[in-house]
This record gives sequence, C-alpha cells and structure tokens, in this order.
Amino acid sequence: MSRRFLRKLTNVLALTLSGLATAVGLFFLGAILWTLMSRGFAGMSATLFTAMTPPPGSSGGLLNAIYGSLVMTVIAILIGGPIGMLAGTYLAEYGRASPLSAVIRFVNDVLLSAPSIIVGLFVYELLVVRMGHFSAIAGAVALAMIAIPVTVRTTEDMLNLVPQGMKDASTAMGAYPWRTITSVIYPAARSGMVTGLLLAIARISGETAPLLFTALNNQFWSTNVDAPMANLPVVIFQFALSPYPNWQQLAWSGALLITLSILILSITARVVVARLGPGGNR
Amino acid sequence: MNTAAAIDPRHAAGQRLREQLFRAATLVAALLVLTLLGGVAVSLLHGAWPALAHFKLHFLTSEVWNPVTDQFGALAAVYGTVVTSLIALLIAIPVSLGIAIFLTELAPAWLKRPVGVAIELLAAVPSIIYGIWGLFVLAPVLQRHVQPWLIETIGPLPIVGKLFQGPPFGIGVLTAGIVLAIMVVPFIAAVMRDVFETVPDVLKESGYGLGATTWEVIWQVVVPYSRTGVTGGVMLGLGRALGETMAVTFVIGNAHRIGSSLLAPGTTISAAIANEFTEAVGDLYTSSLVALGALLFLITFSVIAAARFMLLRLERRALSSV
Repeated sequence: MSRRFLRKLTNVLALTLSGLATAVGLFFLGAILWTLMSRGFAGMSATLFTAMTPPPGSSGGLLNAIYGSLVMTVIAILIGGPIGMLAGTYLAEYGRASPLSAVIRFVNDVLLSAPSIIVGLFVYELLVVRMGHFSAIAGAVALAMIAIPVTVRTTEDMLNLVPQGMKDASTAMGAYPWRTITSVIYPAARSGMVTGLLLAIARISGETAPLLFTALNNQFWSTNVDAPMANLPVVIFQFALSPYPNWQQLAWSGALLITLSILILSITARVVVARLGPGGNR
Repeated sequence: MNTAAAIDPRHAAGQRLREQLFRAATLVAALLVLTLLGGVAVSLLHGAWPALAHFKLHFLTSEVWNPVTDQFGALAAVYGTVVTSLIALLIAIPVSLGIAIFLTELAPAWLKRPVGVAIELLAAVPSIIYGIWGLFVLAPVLQRHVQPWLIETIGPLPIVGKLFQGPPFGIGVLTAGIVLAIMVVPFIAAVMRDVFETVPDVLKESGYGLGATTWEVIWQVVVPYSRTGVTGGVMLGLGRALGETMAVTFVIGNAHRIGSSLLAPGTTISAAIANEFTEAVGDLYTSSLVALGALLFLITFSVIAAARFMLLRLERRALSSV
C-alpha cells in the first residue's frame, strides 16, 4: 500500500464516518418525533381539551394542565420580557463598552446555560418557603428567571443590528437617547425582539424541573395563582412514571402538544429572523 | 445648543427627566441580571447551611443516603452525575464533530440548511421529551438487545468487564448517559459548526494547494485553528449534561449507590433533587437536598464559566482579525 493510497483511504473513511454521524443525529430526531406522533395522536381527542386530569383508571383530559401552563407562561413572559428587554437595551445602548456590561454579559451567558433545577431550588427558597405554600406565581417567577437571559441576549443582538446611521440621525436632530431608543431603534428592531420573545416562550414552555417544587401540581381545576396549579410538564412527569395505561397515554398526548407548540414557535422565530435579511442571521 | 430648551424650558426638563428615568430603568434591569446569579448562590448556601454544618466534610465523602436514619452523603449522587456526563461526552464528542464537519465541509449547499435546522430543532425539544422517550422506547431496546450482548461479550473481560456485569435492567447509568448524549449532541454540534465557519478560507485553500486531502485539511488546519472554540462547545455541552434533570430522572433508576457496573441503577444530583424534594420530611433532609443543589451549582458554574470564557476569547480574536 502506497502512502498516497493510505491517505486517500483515511480521507474517504473519515468523511464517510462524519456523514454517518449526521445520519445518526437525524435518525434520533426522526425516532423521537415518530414515537411522539404515533403514541401522542392515539390519545388526541376533544376530551383532551375539555376534561380535567382524571384519577387513575378513568378517562379524562388535560384541560387544567394546559390552562395552568398557559397562565404561568404568560405571567413569566410579563415579568421576564420587560426586564430582559430593558437589560438588553442597557447592554446594547447605554453601557455598550463599559466594564460593567462585560460582566453582566458574562453572567447572563452563565445564567443562559445554568441548570433549571437550580432555578427551581432558588425560587423555592425565595418564595415558597416565605409564602409557606406552593403556588402558580412561584412557578411563573421560576420560568421568568429562565426567560430573562434568553430575552437579554436576543434583545442585545437585535438592537446591535440597527444601523448606526439611524441612531446618529436621531441624535443629530436633538433627540435624547431614550427618545432615539423608543422611537427609532425599537421599531427598527421590532421583529427581532418579537423573535426573542418567541424563543423565550419556546424555552420555558417545556421546562419541568423548575416547576416541580414551585407550582407543584393540582389534580383539579384552579384559577388561583396563589395556590398550586396543574401544568403540562409536571403532569407529563407524574403520569409517565405511573403504572396506569390511561395516565401514560395522557402523558404522551401532553408531550406531543408541548413538542408541537415548541417546534411551531421555533420555526416561526426562524422564519422571522430569516426575513430580516443576511444581517439578521445571528 | 439645544433649540428645544430655547423654546420651552419645561419641555426640555421633561425630556431630561424621562431620559434619566429610562436610563435608570435599563440599568436596574441590567443589575437585576447580575444579582440573580448572586442571589442564587446566597440562597442555596443559606438553605444548605444546616446540612453542611451538621455533616461537615462527611457530606462530600459519604456514600450513605438514608432518610430514615438522617444520614446524608453526596458521594453517590456526585459520582452518578460525573459518570453519566462522561458517558454522554464520550459518545457526543465524535458524533457532534462528525455532524459539524459534514455541515461545514461536506454537505452540498441545498442540504446544509435543512440538516442544520433539523439539528437545531433537536436542541429545542424539551428535556422531558427525551426522558419519556428514553424510558419507553430506548430502555426496552437496550434491555432486550444491547445489554445482554454487552454482558456476554465485554462482561467476562478483565478490568473493563466490571463495567458491564449484572442483570440487564434497561434503566441505569449507561442508559442515562446515552439519553444525555442524544440531548447534548445538537448543542455541541451547533457550536462546533459555528466555530468551524470562522476558519478563514485562505488557510483551508493553502492546505488544499499543498495537496492535502479534505480530511487532512479538516484535521490539521480547521480543528487546530478552532481548538478553543471546540473545547468551549464541549464544555458547554458538559455543563448541560451535568445539570440536566428530566432526561436523567426518567431513566437512571434513582438508587443512591455507587456500583461498579454501568448497567446498574444509580442517581445524579439533579435526579435526586427532582425525585425527593417534595417528599423530603425534616429540615435536615431538605437541607441536604439543597446542599446537593449548591454542589451542582458550583460544579456547573465552573464548567460553564470556563466554557463561556473560552468562547469569549475566540469571539474577540474573530473580531480583531476582521
């Protein structure tokens, strides 16, 4: 075997392996989605959206869990969205090059990948222990803590895409920075910032660990945000690990619901970003 | 000269006030992000204090986790956390490297985007889905087809054989590692791909110009050039694997023990917290679980911080070379 042949052989082998690795990655995506579809759709019916979570052995739906997940996600975005956007604005505009911003950026990146169960423990110590009971509001705060770093990051990135010339033009007309930001920069970056919010919603709507000991769970219909509230992820967790077939079926249907909504959110966000043009691809 | 001030001083004052308010609001929000991390550290330490004060260093060195006798040691959970993450990385690093190479160097243009998007979507799937899939689909397959084979062929071997002995449970440390691997592959692959794309074409072209094969260019030009970024991506994946809760909780078996076999059930820090926290009776039990959380925070924080630091340095280099 000549050296030349050996090199070619290594080349072909290595490249085949990398193609194979990609195939394996895609295979698992396909396998997971296929299982979700086939098992999840089996339980799809109107009762899923109209009935409460049942006791073992009888039929029911996921209405209270779906409602709880929606409520907590909305509250979490109402808390986390503005905070994240304001902080992102500070990083992109007021404190662009300051050392403080560098530190905040770093801390934000760490928070972005911090384990979500830690966030759950933190909110437990912060709210549940003080209030003396589990509550939907504690769950929402935990979710907000996960949404904040996502929003900070996307807001900063999107504001940075606004051409400097537009900002300069506004400043040259005598506008204060806040006027420039709210009347020029925000409108210009609007679709990007909405994308950031969509991504934040996608990120928190499947989070389970932070809800386990903040919102807990509730077998019944409850609209009281100061009390434990059912939510899809925790219901899936409990039902999937139960020995009852009807509970397991509901867990699969719930899992399909969550995954579909997250995939739709992420794809929408992607389309919005793609429409922003080549500069918006970060 | 501010013309608005010359026309209407009250208007100008109002503008200045709003400016100060808005600026203050953004600063407060930014500082809040900063305090969040500090708040997490302080509150975890506060919650963990009773356990740490009671067990002292034994908390780190003891394997015993017995709620009945109020004996708590973190060793088994830490061991499980580290071992599952190592298994995950062992599988995920070569696979992600392959995907990143395929996406940047091999794939035809029409295939690049859909495959890239598909891999990124895999990253958006919440971890509980991986968990439930691992429990109901992967674990039975492993139990019936893979684990018996491992026990038969690798089990009798010296040294490594110890890792693959005992009955095939399906769930256990190995299964958790595999599910984690499937979970972190998209993250690591996405970072690697982004990093590979920062390699200047000139460098690759000079490699090809010297007669190097595609693989030689990748292995001797692209990978060395992007070493920092690749390491950063791997560490980010490690941080994710160490702290992952739901994907692991479903398939690890939740046993506070250190077994020599990878097929046996074990536990991780996050799985222990997720399983036991709401059922923990007594201050010492709860506090011990929070102490586990503090430990996890410390471990993941250092890994993630190191990863971010590496990626940050890379970003600066990319900026300065433009």
